[in-house]
Amino acid sequence: MAELKYDKNGRLLFTKEMKDEYTILLPMMLPIHFRLVQKVFDHYGYKTVLLDTTDPEIAQEGLKYVHNDTCYPALLVIGQFIHALKSGKYDINKTALMITQTGGGCRASNYIHLLRKALKSAGFENVPVISLNLSGLEKNSGFKLSLSMIKRMIGGLVYGDILMLLNNQVSPYEVNKGSCKKLVNKWTNILANQLNKGKGFGVKKFRKNMNSIADDFSKIKIVHSNKVKVGIVGEIYVKYSALGNNQLEQFLAGQDCEVLIPGILGFMSFKVDNRLEDIKLYGGSHIKSLVIKLLLNYIEKIERVLIDAVKRSPIFTVPLTYKSTKSLVDGLIGYGNKMGEGWLLTAEMLELIHAGYNNIICAQPFGCLPNHICGKGMIRKIKELNPNANIVAIDYDPGSPKVNQENRIKLMLAIAKENLSNSASQVKPISVDNNATALNVSELPINT
Amino acid sequence: MKIGLDIGSTTIKCIVINDNLEVIHKSYERHYSRIKQKLSEILIFIRDNIKDSKNAEVAISGSAGMGIAEYCNIQFVQEVYATRVAANMFNKGTDVIVELGGEDAKILFLSGNTEVRMNGSCAGGTGAFIDQMATLLDVPIEKINELSKQHEKIYTIASRCGVFAKSDIQPLLNQGAKKSDIAASIFYAVVNQTIAGLAQGRKIKGNILYLGGPLTFMSELRHSFDTVLNTHGVCPENSLYYVALGAAICSNEKCDIGSLAESIKNYKSSSNFAFNEPLFNTKKDYKDFTDRHSLNKVDFKDINSYHGNVYIGIDAGSTTIKAAIVGENLELLDSLYLKNNGNPLPIIKDFLEGFYKQYPHLSISACTATGYGEELIKNAFNIDYGIVETIAHLTAAKYFMPNVEFIIDIGGQDIKCFKVRNGNIDNIFLNEACSSGCGSFLQTFANTLGYSIEDFSKLGLFASKPVDLGSRCTVFMNSSVKQAQKDGATIEDIAAGLSLSVVKNALYKVIRATSPESIGKNVVVQGGTFLNDSVLRAFEKELSINVIRPNIAGLMGAYGAAIYAKQHKKDKSSILGPKELLEFSHNTTYATCNGCSNNCKLTINNFKNNRRYISGNRCERPINNKEANDRLNIYSYKLSLLNEYKNVKGKREQIGLPRVLNMYELLPFWYKFFTTLGFGITVSPLSTRDLYLSGQQSIPSDTICFPAKLAHGHIEHLLANNVKTIFYPCMSYNIDEGLGDNHYNCPVVAYYPEVLSSNIEGIKSITFIKDYVGIHRRNDFPRKIHSILSKYFNNITLKEVKLAATKAYEEYDLYLAKIREKGNEIIKTADKENKKIIVLAGRPYHLDPEINHSIDKIITSLGAAVISEDVISSNVDKFPVSVLNQWTYHSRLYSAAKYISNKKNMNLVQLVSFGCGVDAITTDEVRAILETNNKIYTQIKIDEISNQGAVKIRLRSLLSAIDEQWS
Repeated sequence: MAELKYDKNGRLLFTKEMKDEYTILLPMMLPIHFRLVQKVFDHYGYKTVLLDTTDPEIAQEGLKYVHNDTCYPALLVIGQFIHALKSGKYDINKTALMITQTGGGCRASNYIHLLRKALKSAGFENVPVISLNLSGLEKNSGFKLSLSMIKRMIGGLVYGDILMLLNNQVSPYEVNKGSCKKLVNKWTNILANQLNKGKGFGVKKFRKNMNSIADDFSKIKIVHSNKVKVGIVGEIYVKYSALGNNQLEQFLAGQDCEVLIPGILGFMSFKVDNRLEDIKLYGGSHIKSLVIKLLLNYIEKIERVLIDAVKRSPIFTVPLTYKSTKSLVDGLIGYGNKMGEGWLLTAEMLELIHAGYNNIICAQPFGCLPNHICGKGMIRKIKELNPNANIVAIDYDPGSPKVNQENRIKLMLAIAKENLSNSASQVKPISVDNNATALNVSELPINT
Repeated sequence: MKIGLDIGSTTIKCIVINDNLEVIHKSYERHYSRIKQKLSEILIFIRDNIKDSKNAEVAISGSAGMGIAEYCNIQFVQEVYATRVAANMFNKGTDVIVELGGEDAKILFLSGNTEVRMNGSCAGGTGAFIDQMATLLDVPIEKINELSKQHEKIYTIASRCGVFAKSDIQPLLNQGAKKSDIAASIFYAVVNQTIAGLAQGRKIKGNILYLGGPLTFMSELRHSFDTVLNTHGVCPENSLYYVALGAAICSNEKCDIGSLAESIKNYKSSSNFAFNEPLFNTKKDYKDFTDRHSLNKVDFKDINSYHGNVYIGIDAGSTTIKAAIVGENLELLDSLYLKNNGNPLPIIKDFLEGFYKQYPHLSISACTATGYGEELIKNAFNIDYGIVETIAHLTAAKYFMPNVEFIIDIGGQDIKCFKVRNGNIDNIFLNEACSSGCGSFLQTFANTLGYSIEDFSKLGLFASKPVDLGSRCTVFMNSSVKQAQKDGATIEDIAAGLSLSVVKNALYKVIRATSPESIGKNVVVQGGTFLNDSVLRAFEKELSINVIRPNIAGLMGAYGAAIYAKQHKKDKSSILGPKELLEFSHNTTYATCNGCSNNCKLTINNFKNNRRYISGNRCERPINNKEANDRLNIYSYKLSLLNEYKNVKGKREQIGLPRVLNMYELLPFWYKFFTTLGFGITVSPLSTRDLYLSGQQSIPSDTICFPAKLAHGHIEHLLANNVKTIFYPCMSYNIDEGLGDNHYNCPVVAYYPEVLSSNIEGIKSITFIKDYVGIHRRNDFPRKIHSILSKYFNNITLKEVKLAATKAYEEYDLYLAKIREKGNEIIKTADKENKKIIVLAGRPYHLDPEINHSIDKIITSLGAAVISEDVISSNVDKFPVSVLNQWTYHSRLYSAAKYISNKKNMNLVQLVSFGCGVDAITTDEVRAILETNNKIYTQIKIDEISNQGAVKIRLRSLLSAIDEQWS
């Protein structure tokens, strides 16, 4: 059995021996994306389990072991880990945990430390925790991120983005209920298989896969109906995770809405771009700046592939490029605003409005610090500039009951429905130049 | 015919209109959470009594109706939307609707850009809030309005949430403030809450409509809105029924009323609420439990057969008054446990009079007062001793369990927990203002559901599925209960669930316990709330240990005080005798202290013989007319340092600097920087209440910390003083002091200028410089700031900027050096005079007296010296902590905590702003650092309003615990 080793500050390390013996538990956020990324781990020889538990006890465990004023995502992710460790399903002497760490100025960078504290209080101090980050924080001999592994993971996330995007756009209108779901499953399996074998990434392959995905979705039989279009933005975990947002997407589907959730690619670009902005604003190394630009260019290239694929059918709403989204907030909020979702959150609200999704849910954990600024703090300005914007901010935490959240959302929907019937045929033209690639897609009605 | 049903949290409103939209029937009834029965009764009544109603169009509205509407396939109309529909129909020309309901507050802006606002999940209820306040004042709800008419003054009461306001009102009551003034103050708090929480920057003006129960029934509440908004709103006919009216208007689906009533009766939700295992499975379990607890008792002795000296302890708690009379062997001779009805004095007077009359053969040797009202009753009745309630409880607990390790006391308003080590209080946990009121919450909840607290607590004992209601503040619990009801939980499940919540709140929110081991094996529980068997059982189950509940659990404070009196006995107590009691008189007057800029509002209690007791003061000045003792107070020194940066004119433009957040520390830097460049400077003044109110309309997030909220007022001040350029840069990074892994500012400090610029109307017409600036890179800074300034001003050369930057850094370093120097001087003096030193640690902006509520002065008035974290943080080298140490200000906290670990006379008190997310991380870590070094950790949460009483108790407990450690 692998020996427990510690670094000089007493941090339990994940060693090479552990890589062979241990199972790594991963928290769930985006089901499609994360299943694909998991396959990348598999390919590199890690044994992983994606925690898709949703038991009510998860929040309870979180409340027990994490400071109750800490943000809700921390409570849930840590609660989910501890719940899993206690479940008896895993040999706790052969289990490790993995959590992301951004190194930003928001509380989220501290999750890993809160997790370790919690593990200690719960008696799991021998369970090593691996930090997944691009900042060079916390090194482990048994887990190393290589450039090719990063590229493959980005691949998994991008595939997730296109599947999520098209599924959201088509499924509300499908004639045969479940046909989108089937398609998502089919492609998840195909892609998982490819990624597991170390294939499925590389620009050429991306193009081939994504084009086929878009074509498959465009063939699904749909029927036109005038539905309320709702966009979801917010703190990343609560925005994406059904556990975090009380099955928000499912609820909205039940209210007969079409939902658009901006993908995770924008967030990745944002986090990379932040480093560039820092250097621009405060000064810094040129070489560092060049390296960052290289990575940014790579992401941009894939983004282009995704957009090209979506453009293949006129029925789809095409997402803006990261750069165009960024240009939307010019003069509204500074690009130095980088903690949490930063200016990107504001930009995504504007992107949604420009794409015709005037009804927006801004979801955040109760007391989320960056969201005070770039979410709630910007709503007034956004409404001033876009009188049709219908935005509701919803707070999530273990104490705020679903009934209140749903009631607030229903109010937003009531107004949305009224606006929909008042201006059934009016559509706002898009006003952003998407580097000459953007179509005025929102002018195209969704029908066949 | 159309029927609209509005199912709220406490009531069902029903309206029936005909095709001409005329109201032909309406009803308004409380449902006591038996929603489906009530609802079907109402429908049957309509079917049987209203002509042609068999087949009507029906729509349901209200949050509690969502589930039923779904189940019965009835049209559902969101309630705010319904209100709007009704107002558009019946009150054309309305600009704004203000609607207060049982638990919701709403504002609808109809004219211009239509907008609807509902209270956030934190703001809690307003109708329910006024209900709770009435209970607290012990007056019927209808009387609140009458009382308010007679008010003479308005107290500031926290307007964020009900629970918070409650903890403001309680000390006021205990200090003898008039009910009429409090009633009026409650209304103003509601108004402020509505405006600050909901209007969020949008002015409420034009034709205003008042709707909902509280605004319908209480003319004074409407009046308060009129006064604050400077308008005259209208409360229309049917103002209670607008939601129901709107639902009726929207209804367009016909259905058979009779069968609808039937199907509602059958409504059973999926019952998918989270629940815990039952408290007791069998009657036998319960009997074993009660038998075990009946063993822990104090001996009672018949007072009539007792002769000799007696000792009295009086515990003037927040909602109750308790007294214990004990004899020489600590046997309990007589006791008192009464609600204080807002004024403890007459009750104690009656108690003493009764005592003298009935037992002339007994003589009082000594008497001790404790609890919230300690000082008031001690002064009123000339009582011998006053002790902090924490000490009183410890004294009593030791009587039952000499080796006690942990004491937990849940009262009506407070949760007090003490960890005991070697017989001394080693650590204190008190509930923060947000989670208070758990005991009285059970009571209020029982009442709203139509039960007495006794019956209610019994209901839960054998519940099969105690609901999991979360462990957050009581306002959240309220909504969780709604959700549980919707999901089909029974009253029994809810009663048991509430008991569990009280326990979980105490354990995980207040004590932050993670395991029974951290609490210890020898636990004494006390306080009135533990007399409730459900709560006690839930506590034992949650920790899997058996605890001791003394048979006088509700009386422990008083009993401990009596023991204290016995330990410090005199020949004869100084307490007022029968004759003096006859002449006892008490009245209150009010004054504003003009001793300093705090302008404390004083309540002066006058007693016979010119004895008086003053409360509301933050320092000793109004009492002994002495200057507050600032000799050993770094906070005063820092303020005076900052005040030296006075407004000046220059050869260039005038620049406004708001004295907020990080500007508190960077004022020397920017002041020097700009004056060297030849700019004039206008600095906003120290915060005041009025300054805050002047900016509260534009605060977009009601849950953000108070220091950030204050910034709005500072900008308004600068605007009002004709400043045309305001400089307030965004700063992701702070200066790297080498104490942590990174040197960020927190997101709020870093980016608040963005919020100000997007939300304050007046900023549009001036130059607001909020660019991103990095003073952490000294070499890059001049070049970067030069290009920023060049965007706004002409003819500034890089050379000039370089010089100004050098001077600015020098000034900043000098400022910090001065603070350290003065701090070290204070430490030396305190060492020499053998005084305790409190490190009052927080953030630089906690220097603002409006933010820190002069807690520094309270500490010096208790005889200790005050320094701040930045005095000592630089004495420590970087060391590993178990969190990511990435914020400059917060790194100082860890270093300060580390530094004092081997300083005998130093202790740390951490100031935490309510809503500060970062402090959720720092508080645990600071505590851990202190506790590994056997230091007591004390945290004080501060917000818009401070609870002076609670702060004093905490500080006094700390100081007396230190004393005991020393002895």
